[in-house]
Amino acid sequence: MGTDNKRTFGFETRMLHAGHIPDAVVGARAVPIYQTTSYVFNDADYAAQLFELKQYGNIYTRISNPTTAVFEERIASLENGTGAVAVASGMAAQFVTFMTLLAPGDEIVASAQLYGGSVTQLTHTLKKLSVTVRYVDPTQVDNWAKAIAPKTKALYGETVGNPRGSVLDLEALADLAKVHRIPLIVDNTFGTPYLCRPIDWGASIVVHSATKFIGGHGNSIGGVVIDSGTFDYGRFPTIADPSPSYHGLRFYDTFGHYGFLMKVRAETVRDTGACISPMNSFLLLQGLETLSLRMERHVANALAVARFLHNHPRVASVSYAGLPDHPDHERATKYLPKGPGAVFAFDLKPGAGDPREAGRKFIESLQLFSHLANVGDARSLVIHPASTTHQQLSDEELRLGGVSPTMIRLSIGLETLEDLLWDLDQALSAVSI
Amino acid sequence: MGFGPSVVCSINLNTTLSPEQRARYQDPDVIRHLLDTCRTIAMVGLSADRQKASYFVASYLRYEGYRIIPVNPRGGEILGEQVYPDLRSIADRVDLVDVFRPASECPSIVDQAIAIHAKAVWTQLRIVDFEAAEKALAAGLKVVMDKCVKMEHGRYGGSLHWAGMNTEIITARKPLRLR
Repeated sequence: MGTDNKRTFGFETRMLHAGHIPDAVVGARAVPIYQTTSYVFNDADYAAQLFELKQYGNIYTRISNPTTAVFEERIASLENGTGAVAVASGMAAQFVTFMTLLAPGDEIVASAQLYGGSVTQLTHTLKKLSVTVRYVDPTQVDNWAKAIAPKTKALYGETVGNPRGSVLDLEALADLAKVHRIPLIVDNTFGTPYLCRPIDWGASIVVHSATKFIGGHGNSIGGVVIDSGTFDYGRFPTIADPSPSYHGLRFYDTFGHYGFLMKVRAETVRDTGACISPMNSFLLLQGLETLSLRMERHVANALAVARFLHNHPRVASVSYAGLPDHPDHERATKYLPKGPGAVFAFDLKPGAGDPREAGRKFIESLQLFSHLANVGDARSLVIHPASTTHQQLSDEELRLGGVSPTMIRLSIGLETLEDLLWDLDQALSAVSI
Repeated sequence: MGFGPSVVCSINLNTTLSPEQRARYQDPDVIRHLLDTCRTIAMVGLSADRQKASYFVASYLRYEGYRIIPVNPRGGEILGEQVYPDLRSIADRVDLVDVFRPASECPSIVDQAIAIHAKAVWTQLRIVDFEAAEKALAAGLKVVMDKCVKMEHGRYGGSLHWAGMNTEIITARKPLRLR
């Protein structure tokens, strides 16, 4: 067999094949949908071993499922991780990660430029569990360093921030996290593993809203947690200490670099019930199989639209890190050389009237961009964050998050570029200045 | 077990070894050959504590059809098998010596493995002793270092996949029907 037997396959090959071997009996080429709640045990001994985590296998779809396992292994392979756990949504992915890592009294340091829903989860829901969040302007690593306290247990940020397009300095943050022996957790939803792999830059854990570019079709909600397998949890109490819910099992000692994910699955997802449906795992896999092709077109269209808006007389500014005047342009070139995603914001030029009214008029005039609360669809999307996704945030949180009243967020899709430019142009013309 | 002649990515996660050392001490062909051909595994340092990693590995492998011979100076019985104080005391033939002891004990374990004509020595994660490994190789034994027997069996046997882990196995071929 020789050296050919140890080939490391390319990204596109793994996008199509990782995690799915045609089964020995039927040989189905497409990934089968295992729409089942539960699994017949081989025998009583095997059942007992499964419940003790001494065997890897399926018990109940709330914990694991064969269709979902293909999705998990595939995304783990694409992110260069050691494994993954798929869950009900991106919010669930983030939540089960924190629930697994943190204990009451712990703190996390997070970027202030997060998806609005993430901010409310961190600020209000984690607070009920006695976890405190310190937000920082993510652009300077010093801000993160200053916010780290003795009880800080993790750093959290988005590869490409929502909605101003700031890019995390992944390498510097990973170094900082290592010095403090805490994991760097990165939401790579806007990056996707095709544009950026945070684990390659030293991140410990990656989370995704798979609902976005991974699915691409906008028909399924899902999320996933990927572990690098490189973080030493030996002195991290929640993973290393004996678990009262498994007769004192020490997850890190017993499962080594699989310890964190085993705990996410066997304890947190088991107990919170935030499982993904097998049908959604199948649909998200359909998206994953074309990820590279779609992302190439997404970033090409996004850059062209950003340039068009940048030169438009009725646009005040464009926050796309692919443009040379964006403060994080150089960082984007380093971490996302193929392009910094396809979600970005721009500001309408302030006219005589109410700035919020101008935003409303612009959105109402669009014909091709869909006005809705999602990003990463194959279709182009638009939203006015100040009145929708970031509505629950205070003025101070809005300012920290970089959201202004005139700001419009776009998610650029795969339509004919000229049609997108036509639509934006005619809607901008409809806004009175 | 196994997936027949399928191509497999060389796993490169979670090891302290360099690429050259991985090629020498973590060869996928050697690993698959050992998992396929060894039937009796002497586990040096197997604990009687049901929640210890070594016990997890032993109970998993026993269910997968391997005979486990515990080696531990404390004696007694583990998983229904008599515990031997050292490798030399084992009366039956041993195919694989699986090491759950610190690296400092590897030289003596390797000497014993050679003496009892074991086919191979395998040290678990983070247990690395190059000198002892070379001695075993020179004596004609196969060597795997800084790897977990259960994880590797789970990778090639497919069960690790159920836990969402990255097996790094890529193939479009149907696996051989399991026995």
